[in-house]
Amino acid sequence: MANTQAMCTSFIGQLLNGGHQFGTITLVSRTSLTSPTVDTFKAALYLTSATINASTTAYSASNEVSGTGYTAGGVTITGSPAWNAPTATNTTVTAGTAFTTPTASITYTTVTLATAFDAVLIYNSTQSNTAVSVHTFGSQTITAGTFTLTMPANTTAAALLRIATT
Amino acid sequence: MALVTTTKGEMDESLLEKKEGSLDNDNETTTWVEYWLDGELVHRSAHVQLKQTVTLSAEAASLT
Repeated sequence: MANTQAMCTSFIGQLLNGGHQFGTITLVSRTSLTSPTVDTFKAALYLTSATINASTTAYSASNEVSGTGYTAGGVTITGSPAWNAPTATNTTVTAGTAFTTPTASITYTTVTLATAFDAVLIYNSTQSNTAVSVHTFGSQTITAGTFTLTMPANTTAAALLRIATT
Repeated sequence: MALVTTTKGEMDESLLEKKEGSLDNDNETTTWVEYWLDGELVHRSAHVQLKQTVTLSAEAASLT
C-alpha cells in the first residue's frame, strides 16, 4: 500500500454542497444546519457587448438582454430537484472530478430579444446573486419565440460545473 | 393546422415561409427556426445544446 498526495474528491464534491467553511462568509441564513435549504439559482442572458467572465462576481443588469417577455434577472433554474445531486468520482489515486448539472433545460418562453446575445450567467439568487459560471454560445436573437439552453450530460466529462483534480 | 406564435399573433404555419438552420462546433450544437411573412421576420426561436463546460481544477500542495 502507498499513500498518495491528492485533494480528496469527496471534499470537492462536498464544496458544491457547502459542506466546509474555512473562513467567515456572509450567507443568507439556512433554515437549519441539519436540514439545510437548497439555494435558488437563476440564469440571465447577456448581450454580445457585455463583458462577463471569470472576474464577474455577481449578477448585474448592465448589458443584460431586454425585450418583450424577458424579466430582468432571467429565469429560475427549475426542476425537481433543480440540480443533479453533486457527485464526486475518483478516476485515479490522484485525480477525480466533482460535478453537477441542472436537471432540466433553461427556457425563455415567448420572448423577443432583438439585440444579439451570446452568454448566460448562472448565479445564486439566494446568496446575494453571487456569480457561479458563465457559458457562451453563438450570437442569437429571438423574435416572438423561445430560446432554450439544453444542458450537457451530467457526467465527469461533460457536466455543466466540474471541479477536478489531476 | 399548426399555429405559430408571431409578432402578429398566432398564425397558421402554412401562411408563412419557414427557414431553418444549425450550427455544430466544439462549444455547442444549435438549431434555429424562422418564420417570415412577406419578407418580414415574424418568429425566430433557437435551441442551444451546450457542450463545453466549466472546470475548476483543485490541487493539494506538497509539504516538502
